[in-house]
Amino acid sequence: MDLKTLCELPGPSGNEKAVRSHLAQEAKKICDDVRIDRMGNVVCRKKSGSEGAPHIVMAAHMDEVGFIVVGHSDDGMLLFRSIGGIDPRAIVSKWVKIGDVPGVIGAKAIHLQSKEDRERVLKYENLYIDIGAKEKTEAEKLCPVGAYAVFDAGFETFGDGFVVSKALDDRVGCYTLLRLMQNDYACDVSYVFTTGEEVGLRGAIGAGYLLQPDIAVILEGTAANDLGDTKERFHVVTPGKGVAVSFMDGSSIADKELYKQMLDLAAAGGIPCQVKRGVTGGNDAGMFQRGAAGARTVVLSVPCRYIHSGSGVAKLNDIQAQYSLADTFLKQY
Amino acid sequence: MLRNTLKTLLMPWGPSGSEHNVAETVKTLLAGHVDSMRTDALGNLIVEKYGTDDNAQRIMVSAHMDHIGLIVTGIEKEGYLRVTNVGGVSLDFSRARHVVFENGVDGVAFVQPVKEGKPTLQDLYVDIGASDKEEAETMVQLGDICVYAPDVFPLGKNKISGPAMDNRVACALLTELLLYTQDQKNTIVGVFSTQEEVGLRGASVAAFGINPDLGLAIDVTGAGDIPEEKFPAVNLGDGPAVKIMDRSMIASPLVRDKLFDAAEAAGVKVQREVLPYGGTDGGAIQHARAGIPTGTLSIACRYVHSACETVDVRDMEGALKVLLEFVDIA
Repeated sequence: MDLKTLCELPGPSGNEKAVRSHLAQEAKKICDDVRIDRMGNVVCRKKSGSEGAPHIVMAAHMDEVGFIVVGHSDDGMLLFRSIGGIDPRAIVSKWVKIGDVPGVIGAKAIHLQSKEDRERVLKYENLYIDIGAKEKTEAEKLCPVGAYAVFDAGFETFGDGFVVSKALDDRVGCYTLLRLMQNDYACDVSYVFTTGEEVGLRGAIGAGYLLQPDIAVILEGTAANDLGDTKERFHVVTPGKGVAVSFMDGSSIADKELYKQMLDLAAAGGIPCQVKRGVTGGNDAGMFQRGAAGARTVVLSVPCRYIHSGSGVAKLNDIQAQYSLADTFLKQY
Repeated sequence: MLRNTLKTLLMPWGPSGSEHNVAETVKTLLAGHVDSMRTDALGNLIVEKYGTDDNAQRIMVSAHMDHIGLIVTGIEKEGYLRVTNVGGVSLDFSRARHVVFENGVDGVAFVQPVKEGKPTLQDLYVDIGASDKEEAETMVQLGDICVYAPDVFPLGKNKISGPAMDNRVACALLTELLLYTQDQKNTIVGVFSTQEEVGLRGASVAAFGINPDLGLAIDVTGAGDIPEEKFPAVNLGDGPAVKIMDRSMIASPLVRDKLFDAAEAAGVKVQREVLPYGGTDGGAIQHARAGIPTGTLSIACRYVHSACETVDVRDMEGALKVLLEFVDIA
């Protein structure tokens, strides 16, 4: 089990099979109770054995943003749209894989562009995936409508302890979950790898209802904006400054006590930690908080630059801090 | 007395997600007058008063405790606070407003000059009088929330104005319903709910947990009786309004019609309300579990989500009479 393997697996929302199989296989090595629910979530339960112990969900989503084929041009190009939010400016000329079929996202070459073309942002309608097909029928056979594509990107460590890859959002959380699962805690813990987060927190709807925990801690990757001439107040989170704790985002307001507890535990344990200074975006906490009769929730995120592209960048120290804070938290119960 | 209960309930600080002070105030008012009180995972205060009938229905009556606010997202080196909205905060309404944090720190919300285009909420800041970032950080932390400073003043003989009328008006009504109902037929499960202003979040989990037979939300609604405006066709002083529809719900005919019946029995004139925007806890209750017949009783309110939300106390008095009947005849 390593982060590289997890990131390189293809798992666009709705087609998480490869990630799910791998995670379930890894989980079974360390946990006796591994199940796959109707939404495709992987749910791994480790009970403490003590009566009345609180039930805590630790959740990360296994899906990543990607693409889906919606048609074919007469010359055998794939027409496509995104699954989840991907800036079309970040995808031109990127390599993708449609199953085993390699492809590249094409646009008009700069030599052929008019002045207007150069100033205009290309939309999905103007882009296509080139799989080198001879003609339309061949393209249809290899990559039919509904076929999924993901960025074909590697995984590298570079610079001052950074990693670059696709799908860091949220394989970092999956990686942390697998590490946590190896420990024994005095509370009942359900480690949940969810599906469909990028298209609307969909897997977590079922998981929250099914598990009805007392507390849910969501392990995420979140957008860092510490770039260029962006004013500090719009940075949201800063890579290298530790795991980010959220007071609020688009999908939930953190439970006040859990939020404070996380900050206090990090301070007491010397775990690098920062407050997320932005409220946009949402995550599975929204669904776990409002599943059935409700649960207390809080989110711990790894800052990630260029998130939702084929080349996210995160810092290993922050991933370690996410693990350390989650581990310290679970030891309190 | 309704007016005094409302004044008491207008004072506690309680933005979405931080409603505990309101809950404590309600608990104090209701102690000894109800059969049970508990708080759930989202902070909803759930209060039961049992009905006398052998076949008593359990009616969930919801009034949200939270109000809108501004949450601190950054502290500038000059000591100013950057903020963003919790719930539907209007930039116009928050310019040059006195705001207050839970720990008592006061502030002034203002909008910085923008060079081009119109200002947005990103241009809003709060001045707490700190001379630099270090001083500001001793007063307020990231994630702290401020609200319009509590206030209440009479407007003419029957109207009353201040921030947080949305929805302490309903908290006052639900409190008085629970205080004054005696040997009513049905069981009242009063929910002082949380996080309504950010998406009916508290009521949705409360409804699941309670699994009531019927649902009723009490909330304020936009009034159309201001200059040059005739819409929505709900006026202050014309009585409480029975909701037909809004963006969150088409009221269940069963409950809607019981409200009309209750008003008739109580001799209270009511208005019919169709709101093309907005929603109430009613929407969340109606969609809970396999569906729960639900309605909403509204109090007309001018200047909703401003620091001068204005209601007519006579509408509240009428609403209380309707509610007291409703829990018997439903």
